[in-house]
Amino acid sequence: MSPDGWLTLLLEPFSYGYMSKAIWVSALVGAVCGFLSCYLILKGWALMGDALAHSVVPGVALAYMLALPYALGAFTSGILAALAISLVRRITLLREDAVIGLVFTSMFAAGLLIVSINPTSVNVQSIILGNVLAISDEDVVQVIIIAAVSLLILGLRWKDLMLTFFDESQARVVGLNPQRLRILFFVLLSACTVAALQTVGAVLVIAMVVTPGATAYLLTDRFSRMIWLAMVIGAATSAVGAYLSFFVDGATGGLIVVLQTLVFLGAFVFAPKHGRLAARRASRVTSGVPA
Amino acid sequence: MTASPSAGWLAFGRPAPVAHPAAAIDVAGITVTYANGVTAIKDASFMLGSSTICALVGVNGSGKSTLFKTLMGFLSPATGYVTISGMAVADALKRGIVAYVPQSEDVDWSFPVLVEDVVMMGRYGHMNALRLASAADRQAVDQALERVGMAGFRKRQIGELSGGQKKRVFLARALAQGGSVILLDEPFTGVDVKTEAAIIELLHSLRREGCLILVSTHNLGSIPDFCDHVVLFNRTVIAAGPTQATFTEANLARAFGGVLRHVRLGGADLHDDADGRSITVLTDDERPLVLYGEQDRETMVTPGKTEQGA
Repeated sequence: MSPDGWLTLLLEPFSYGYMSKAIWVSALVGAVCGFLSCYLILKGWALMGDALAHSVVPGVALAYMLALPYALGAFTSGILAALAISLVRRITLLREDAVIGLVFTSMFAAGLLIVSINPTSVNVQSIILGNVLAISDEDVVQVIIIAAVSLLILGLRWKDLMLTFFDESQARVVGLNPQRLRILFFVLLSACTVAALQTVGAVLVIAMVVTPGATAYLLTDRFSRMIWLAMVIGAATSAVGAYLSFFVDGATGGLIVVLQTLVFLGAFVFAPKHGRLAARRASRVTSGVPA
Repeated sequence: MTASPSAGWLAFGRPAPVAHPAAAIDVAGITVTYANGVTAIKDASFMLGSSTICALVGVNGSGKSTLFKTLMGFLSPATGYVTISGMAVADALKRGIVAYVPQSEDVDWSFPVLVEDVVMMGRYGHMNALRLASAADRQAVDQALERVGMAGFRKRQIGELSGGQKKRVFLARALAQGGSVILLDEPFTGVDVKTEAAIIELLHSLRREGCLILVSTHNLGSIPDFCDHVVLFNRTVIAAGPTQATFTEANLARAFGGVLRHVRLGGADLHDDADGRSITVLTDDERPLVLYGEQDRETMVTPGKTEQGA
């Protein structure tokens, strides 16, 4: 093929409206999820993200059935799940992971049941695996509103959230309300989980809110930089994943998450300070010092 | 620390004293019960004023950390009340009066924050809602880091520091905050002797500036060295008051109820003459408390005093 032919081929996705839309929406969702992932992985709450993603399924199914905005249904059931988890934990002696496992599988099962009883209302595959290439204009508006509001709130409050996650006592001592900030974080997380349903689907949302943060964590020792890196990684992998799915003709969600994993592996090996190669160099220097 | 004798890292100026009312803690008959029904503190009362270093002593599970949580507003007493500098706890917190130095185990050392970021967290109460640091905030951080001798480590990730350095960073955060009531949770665990001495010197200079410092510690032996007041705690206040009068073998026995390692060397084991004085060593497996004298009239032995007496 001539160079011109290659260029035409590479630019071809952009000539389809649905492709540019998918690329931009994915990038936006990837950026917000990347932001949130920095907090989630530092608090050992990664499972919580998975739980929320599965718990929104019944809400989405009901919303489609009742012709309500899907974000509303998803959001409501996400919050219900979070409340149920904290309630069950308070009144039983079960450990947190057991309670999370119990609540989110129940919610997910309820969602599947609703969809199977009313099969025409919604394509179950698009909730579970995502289908950003066929996203409707209404859903695009919902995703953009969710992402923009979340980014605005995070931009204004990221330091307070960081302090709450790092040292709750100090947060209290400087007059913050850690309880309220934690709730704010979970509301944002549920909202972004809902947005990410469209791009990667319920099963892979967990990767969107864990992998970019985990990768950025290996690359820096500073929280503000970690946020920027995670956002860039999240946005870039999502955009490229959506773009490549045009050629590969595969599931966009799968591509995005595979790309994120590749970036993570790259950081795992080559990160300047916390990578495996750096660790090996450091140990060689230490052992090489003459006694 | 290669500081000159007079102007060490401790002598560096503290951020301009805030116009706070005099530091004070008033705990009046509080009972604190957790949501699961466990009562951790029952009818506890004590009062502390400014320019005080007070040790809070008790076995593990005696409610010391519950008391700290109550003073920081995490828990509110079911009965009784707590005031800090004459204000309700929440108001005192809003005005930045209370500073807190956490126990090392309570800190996530792998969190991606640098030393200077941690110290800046002490300034959040002074900033606007966006937490943008002003020149005054940066100056307070610089001064606090200088004062604890950690200015050269400001770009280090906190997990890369030694035990003593970690402690000093969190002390710097309390200094940068400028609170006049300072709560320290186990400041000497995992800290070398030299750092311990430096921390104690820093506490002394804060006391001269009018601060009220409440120190939870297992380090019984060093309490007489640097604390002027003691609160012995076991679900309630067993005894509280000036160290000389309160920190006695009898009170310790009541507070610890046989948990302490207790070694007594009677006069007959020590010398051949009829001298009835004995040595008592009380220890919580940290630095021991040594008492010497006639039975029930023993006095504390501090290293300095023994040398002088010899």
